[in-house]
Amino acid sequence: MDPIISISALSKTYASGFSALKTVDLDIRRGEIFALLGPNGAGKTTLISIVCGLVNASAGSVRVDGHDIVRDYRAARALVGLVPQELTTDAFETVWNTVSFTRGLFGKPPDPAYIEQLLKDLSLWAKKDARLMMLSGGMKRRVLIAKALSHEPRILFLDEPTAGVDVELRRDMWQLVRRLRDSGVTVILTTHYIEEAEEMADRIGVIAKGALILVEDKAVLMTKLGGKQLTLQLAAPLAEVPPALARYGLVLGKGGKTLVYRYEVGRGEGGEGGEGSDPAGDGAIAGLLQDLAAAGIMFTDLHTTQRSLEEIFVSLVSEREAPGTDERGNRAGPAGEGAR
Amino acid sequence: MNWHAVRAIYLFEMARTKRTLLQSVLAPVITTSLYFVVFGSAIGARIPEIEGVSYGAFIVPGLIMLNLLTQSVSNASFGIFFPKFSRTIYEILSAPVSHFEIVLSYVGAAATKAVILSLIILATATFFVPLRIEHPLWMIAFLLLTAVSFSLLGFILGIWADNFEKLQLVPLLIITPLTFLGGSFYSIDMLPAGWRTVSLFNPVVYLVSGFRWSFYGSADVAVGVSLAMTLLFLAVFVGVATWMLRTGYRLKP
Repeated sequence: MDPIISISALSKTYASGFSALKTVDLDIRRGEIFALLGPNGAGKTTLISIVCGLVNASAGSVRVDGHDIVRDYRAARALVGLVPQELTTDAFETVWNTVSFTRGLFGKPPDPAYIEQLLKDLSLWAKKDARLMMLSGGMKRRVLIAKALSHEPRILFLDEPTAGVDVELRRDMWQLVRRLRDSGVTVILTTHYIEEAEEMADRIGVIAKGALILVEDKAVLMTKLGGKQLTLQLAAPLAEVPPALARYGLVLGKGGKTLVYRYEVGRGEGGEGGEGSDPAGDGAIAGLLQDLAAAGIMFTDLHTTQRSLEEIFVSLVSEREAPGTDERGNRAGPAGEGAR
Repeated sequence: MNWHAVRAIYLFEMARTKRTLLQSVLAPVITTSLYFVVFGSAIGARIPEIEGVSYGAFIVPGLIMLNLLTQSVSNASFGIFFPKFSRTIYEILSAPVSHFEIVLSYVGAAATKAVILSLIILATATFFVPLRIEHPLWMIAFLLLTAVSFSLLGFILGIWADNFEKLQLVPLLIITPLTFLGGSFYSIDMLPAGWRTVSLFNPVVYLVSGFRWSFYGSADVAVGVSLAMTLLFLAVFVGVATWMLRTGYRLKP
């Protein structure tokens, strides 16, 4: 099936000279939930803003359901709803009026029955005559969602939808997104919470420093990201990993003082990650330690870490720049005493 | 044409006036009435007729023009500045609306308000001075053309301004002085020759003169020139507004 959004060689350099997007190519599949994952300032909002017409691209093109967003902006934009990150609302308008306003803006004739259902679905019906300035932050967020859905878009962009949102609203929002997906709406959300991407998305794109680092089905990515690593502080530096230990895919740290072993917890087969991932699977740590002893390699300390999302970003970025050199990880607590 | 969008923005803008009825309508009406009391009755009684018209009646077209210009500019500039300021402009920019539709709705609403207000002031004036309108159709034409032109100027200012101070600055420092010096309260024929020439560089002179001609049939400059100048302003402002929207000047990074 042809993609509903097709982004090719999209770049954006702001007037300040800041390069927010660097030649991004991305296809969004029809009817999927796509999570754009990245730290703050990675370019997520810029990417969305270009597709929605809020920012001019410096180079490249975007097609929405086959319509170029510049030449054929009417057809393209009519298909898209956007929930911005900031709570930007007209203070003096009522909920009903502001949602109806957006529907008109997107070229749709009034449909009070649809708006009523929409407000009910978003638990806003009781507040329909309330002025926006009287609403809480969570309610305003709901209003922005209602506005974005007021013209029955086929594509919904949610920019950091759960930033500063309470648990209840977050749950409601996730349910809503699933309902939308079931009705055939394509949803693209940006987030810097990996849990959110994990909970919601069919596919995940990781973006950092303006570059799309990878795009992967969620299941595949979670395998990659979910790995742990064992770091051994060596008693004496090694020049290279002994051939006898090759099957573990160990990576030697800087100066040969540390050895890093990556593995998956509770997984029968190894992850598909890059260098240093575990080829042997569960229970291999015991074997590794025995083999190290047999090879005469002593270590003074060891710890295991679960990679956090931030580290994954850092490592993905540095892997691009210099393959296999990144060994950073937060200390998750000592996993054992020195073995000497 | 996305008429639903034009209607939505237009009605939104008109609703804003309704919310601020006191400030939008009552204030200009009271101010103008004060002008009539002071200039028309108190001082005007001591000023001889100008071109066969009593001074009180003579200033009516100028007063209406003064209000029309300031209201057009302030309504339109605020109308587009505020969504920019509150960031709700994202909605307009992401909607399937053309530049023409954006201008039509914002400028249309601002011009409508300014024209309604001018008619209210005209009606108010009839309570104070005897009025006659020799060319009512031309009067309406000048009213509409000027309202649209200067609402466009307001729209341009609203996009250009990045803070409230700048938004106030242009009307205060440029529009108001030009209007006062543009023959709203006097005929430029009353000025010494040198100042008369200087006045001809004031665009408002042409607007006031043409408008006054539609009332009393006499003008400082030929009415054709007034019309041509008004159309020229319209063309220039249309050009600037189009350029701003096309390039995304101060709207789209």
